Amino acid sequence: MTGRILMTIAHRAAILAYIVFALFPLFWLLKVSVTPNDLLYSEGVRLWPSHTTFEHYRFVIENSAFPTFFKNSLIVACSTSVAVTVLSSLAGYALSRFRFRGKYAIVALMLITQMFPLVMLVAPIFKMLSPLGLTNSLTGLVIVYTAFNVPFATFLMQSFFDGIPKDLEEAAMIDGASRFIAFRQIILPLTLPGIAATLGFVFTAAWSELLFALMLISGNTSATFPVGLLTFVSKFSVDFGQMMAAGVMALIPACLFFLLIQRYLVQGLTAGAVKG
Amino acid sequence: MSHPEAVRSGAARKPAMRRFADAAEPWFYAAPVLTLIVAVMLVPLLLGLSYAFRDIQLLNPFSGAFIGLEHFKTLARDDAFYRALKNTLWWTGASVFLQFALGLVLALLLDKPFPGRGLAQALVFLPWAVPTFLAGLNWAWLFNPVIGPLPHWMAALGILSAPDNILADPHLAMWGPIIANVWWGIPFFAITLLAALQAIPRDIYEAAAIDGAGPLQRFLSITLPFLAPTIAITILLRTVWIANFADLIIVMTNGGPADRTQIVASYIFTQAFRRLDFGYASAIALVLLVLLLAYSMLIVVIRQRLIEKD
Repeated sequence: MTGRILMTIAHRAAILAYIVFALFPLFWLLKVSVTPNDLLYSEGVRLWPSHTTFEHYRFVIENSAFPTFFKNSLIVACSTSVAVTVLSSLAGYALSRFRFRGKYAIVALMLITQMFPLVMLVAPIFKMLSPLGLTNSLTGLVIVYTAFNVPFATFLMQSFFDGIPKDLEEAAMIDGASRFIAFRQIILPLTLPGIAATLGFVFTAAWSELLFALMLISGNTSATFPVGLLTFVSKFSVDFGQMMAAGVMALIPACLFFLLIQRYLVQGLTAGAVKG
Repeated sequence: MSHPEAVRSGAARKPAMRRFADAAEPWFYAAPVLTLIVAVMLVPLLLGLSYAFRDIQLLNPFSGAFIGLEHFKTLARDDAFYRALKNTLWWTGASVFLQFALGLVLALLLDKPFPGRGLAQALVFLPWAVPTFLAGLNWAWLFNPVIGPLPHWMAALGILSAPDNILADPHLAMWGPIIANVWWGIPFFAITLLAALQAIPRDIYEAAAIDGAGPLQRFLSITLPFLAPTIAITILLRTVWIANFADLIIVMTNGGPADRTQIVASYIFTQAFRRLDFGYASAIALVLLVLLLAYSMLIVVIRQRLIEKD
């Protein structure tokens, strides 16, 4: 019995250690964002400044294009994550359930796209998108991000489909349902944790992508959030207070998103379905 | 399941149209993804690769000529490249190992129900949502003895002899980006592995417990085999991503001090965007691509073995 209690204490302590490790840098971000500029260096090592200010936040909201960046990032990240999830569920299902010629070619193709440093695609992609009028547009960014994220998402979805017994849709198909109906009505609901994980990954990846946003977008009207953050870093001075304030605000949608998808990760839907 | 015989004989007498539809079916599911990948990644990739054999310098209007293997001859004599290759191994190996080990432990911890699990999970996964650029700057601050607490804490614990910035120390600098990368990447493994853990049918554990299997035995003979395919694919992708992942290094150390944190990916970035030599940068990228391809082949073969063994 004492062994059990000790295990529980060790378990909670380990969880707590992870939480502290995960949150401390974010706490520091918050701390710097509310530290007045004159205390930034003199009280740099203190855990909390002797007095705080929201000056940095006010400056960012009132004097910069951050609200626009924010809206743009939200549009791009939401569109990309939905598009990727839909496309990768289909492709992941094909890789999981069918044996067909060309399957390994598809896997190889998708693996290769993960291996090339994306830096090298900037110039060719710019050359291809510009005659289509897709540079400097959020649509172009969504297309590029969707393509970049779809290979990984497909592997992820395939893994989740692999974990679901084939008997489930085979039974439905023997009962007369077409494969697509079986896929949509039986398999997809069982993969909800996987779908939530995929949405989460893609959302954050699209939310924080810097390189292509920087190269494909010029001007403030379609700039995304990370590009906006970069405008705070000039060659000669870095206003850390304002940048951290902007950073804290950038975290808000991501936090909300994670809170929303938590429960799908926790639900062990597959276990219940197989048992029943 | 009721009439397997009837179903099988039905399949044997399928008309030609039906057989074609069956053969084409997987392609319908995969077509949207394939179209997108070919148009937005493969075509630009081939264009980019062709630069490796051409003299492409952005500021030189007379460049663009086909020069054959010239870049690769330069590369073979480039000491900075070999140093970067060694640093890449160290950076990737340490980052992947720590992220995976800590991520697996976290996933196992979170797999047990306990009060407040939803909240704890949301908090520990949060680093993944931080833009890498911001994460890099933030960690660079934490390591700065003037404004960050970490050097003082490490000195107090005896890890450092004096509260200096490890990012400025040639022998320790690589640990800065590695720690930032581990912090940022643990949630990736934890989320994927946790979702895979949740998909393991619970009754298998119950049956094993009734048969008298201890926790360690259950972990080794149930959990690990179930997780193996997910582990293989996530480690493969993560290794490749981290080998190509230059953001943190560029933001935190810019390859310094004395090139001690320069990895191949950041070296490519330097060649392309500081020296604007896209030709040479593409040649280095091609070599990196071949190395990562060889590595991936190995993992894919291992994964296939694992699946077929089941």
